Parts: sequence; structure tokens; C-alpha cells
Amino acid sequence: MTALIALFWRDLRRAWGSGALWLPVLFFLLVATAFPFAVGPDAPLLRRAGGGMVWVAALLAALLPIDRLVRPDKDAGVLDQLAVRGFADEVVAAVKITAHAIGFGLPLMIALLPASALLAQDAPRVELLATGIAIAIPALASLAVLSAALTANHKGGSAIGGLLVLPLAVPMLIFGAGMLDPSGRGAIKLLAATSLLLTVIGPFAAGAALRGLRE
Amino acid sequence: MTELLRLDAVACIRGDRLLFENLSLVLSRGDALWLRGPNGAGKSSLIRLAAGLLRAAAGTVERRQRIALIDEASALDAELPLRRALDFWARVDTVDGHAVDRAMDEMALAPLAEVPVSMLSTGQRKRAAMVRVIASGAPIWLLDEPANGMDDAAQTRLVAAIAKHRSNGGAVLLASHFALGIPDLAELDMGALA
Repeated sequence: MTALIALFWRDLRRAWGSGALWLPVLFFLLVATAFPFAVGPDAPLLRRAGGGMVWVAALLAALLPIDRLVRPDKDAGVLDQLAVRGFADEVVAAVKITAHAIGFGLPLMIALLPASALLAQDAPRVELLATGIAIAIPALASLAVLSAALTANHKGGSAIGGLLVLPLAVPMLIFGAGMLDPSGRGAIKLLAATSLLLTVIGPFAAGAALRGLRE
Repeated sequence: MTELLRLDAVACIRGDRLLFENLSLVLSRGDALWLRGPNGAGKSSLIRLAAGLLRAAAGTVERRQRIALIDEASALDAELPLRRALDFWARVDTVDGHAVDRAMDEMALAPLAEVPVSMLSTGQRKRAAMVRVIASGAPIWLLDEPANGMDDAAQTRLVAAIAKHRSNGGAVLLASHFALGIPDLAELDMGALA
């Protein structure tokens, strides 16, 4: 257990220490800033379209750090050393997903507030957005680590990784943005179900991908 | 004599090429076996096979004890001071800081404890990887070219560390293209297998 905690802190320290973490968050804020410039400062229009834009920006921001999640560890031999010590690949993947969910999710939740303000979202909608994205973060982290593991052997893997993840994340986008619609009462449950499914599959799929890296 | 590692009639295929087949070896407490042979003979593949990182195409690999491995990658975080990078593996191996202290003294790395790993030379990095192996307390050492980049003094320390490990009941499987001057060393010529 101490070993897993050490592994978790190492991932978190590398995410926050290198400054690489702020890139996706900055990207997220940048999209929120650019959107009003593109559609004009019409508040009702921004309010209607902005919520969906927040979801798209959050999804894309989750894909940005893919190339630093697994590949550096593979190149440095860290994954081999863990395998030699008998750690199951699924466990390593689960630790990586947890660390990414916290390392990336926390700052994203904080950045959600200024982003919502820029897109003229009122308090009830901000609440819905925050709830939805908080539900989606474990699944987004699962998908990010999965595609990072799948593409760790390829140069320019993050671009392929994005293509891999995006279709799998579309249901969350639909249900998450659907929560904002007054008629979308059941959307939160569907979002939670989708997120749960992806979160549960994540460690096993990513673990299998990590095992594949050694062959 | 207690067996620590046993390979029974293993075969290894990389890509479409059969590197070796029907290879058997046993490492018991106090044993050291030198895998020699030209580049591409399968020394590193045999080490990875013994470590469980590669699957044998045929045959069985039995590991009775914990394993410590050195390969071409040091697995130390480049941005950290050496000591903190080594402490990470000490925590993963659940050994205390004194084991790291002693191992650093053994490889004469104590003066470099605060230097970032990225600033270390190739030989210093190999010594650091050796500290990780020594501190782990694992009875089976799998060393793939551990002396690469090491100067004479460091090689002498490496040989001494291996001797101490064997006298403590450990075993060493060593892949190297040159003999390190280790006494009482069994040999396996991988070049002759191909």
C-alpha cells in the first residue's frame, strides 16, 4: 500500500511540478475567452450556447496532456521496474487514473468558475456544469490514461490518442450538455452511468495496453 | 543450495527471429552467471525473460524470490535530486532510508545526493541504478550491462558489491560484453547458442 501511495504522489508531483498541468487549464480558459469574441457579446445567446462550449472545452483539455501520462514512464524504464516488482498493470493504471483525475480535475473545477462567468452562465447553470463535469472527470481521466497507454509506443501519439478518445467521450458530452436543458431531467443519471462504465473499464483496458507495451 | 531462479528449456522469439531455444539455467544462492556473446545474441532478452518482462515462447521461468533489475534505462526521475529519486524506489520497495544510505556509500555516491539526476553522467547514473538494486534487498540481481560508462574505480566497487551480495546469499545474472574480473564466475556463451 505504501508503494501505491508513493506511486500516486509521484504522478501528482510530476503533474503539478512540471507546470504541464496548467496548459490544459489555460487552454480551457482560452476557449472560454475566445468564444464570446467569436459569437459576439449577446448575453442570452452566450448563455444558451456557452454551457455546451464549456463541455467541449473540458473534453479537449482532458486530451491535451496525453503524451506525458505514460510515455515518459515507459522511456525511463519506470513501468518495467514496477512490473519486475510484481505490480499488476491494472493496479498501475488505476493509480495513474486516480492521480490524473485529481491532478487534472481539481484545477479544472476551479477554472470552471471564471470560464462560466466569461460565458454568461447564471448560478443554477454553473451548478449543473460543476456537477456534470465533476461526474465526468474520473471517466475523462480513464480515457486519457487509456489512450496514453495505447499510443505510448508511437511518436506523435497524442494526436492519435485524441482520435481514439473523442468518440468514446461523445455520450458524456451529450448527456452532460443535456443536463443544462430544462427538459433534460434524466440526463444526469445517464451521464453518471456512462461515467461509471468508462471509469470501471479504464484500469483494465489501460492495464492491458501497458502490458502490450512490453511485447 | 537453495534455488532462486530456474529457467527450463526456454525459447525466445523477437520479431520473426528465434534468438535461442532449449536454454536452461539455474541460479542458486551465492551463484553468479555471466551471459557473454556478441551484440544481438539475446543477452538482454534473456535478462528480460528472467525478469518476467518478456514471455518465453516455450519453456518455463520460475522465480523463487524478489528480483532487482538494471537495464539501459535508469528509471530515476530526471528532475529530482538523486537522493529523492532513489527514495521513491525505497518507498516502493518498502525499505528504510538507511538501506539507501549504505548503498550510496557502497557506490560512493553520497557526495552527489543533492545533484539532480539530469546532471549526472552515464557512469554516475549506472552507479545510481546500482544503488537502487543494492538498497532493494532483493536476492536475485539481474544486471544488464551494469558497468557501461563506469570508470575503473566504479567497476571495482561494482565487483565488490556483487561479491558482498553473493556472500550474503544472493545470486547474480550478469549480461556484459566484457568480463568484469569477478572471481568464481560461471559463463554462458550466448553466441554459441545461435
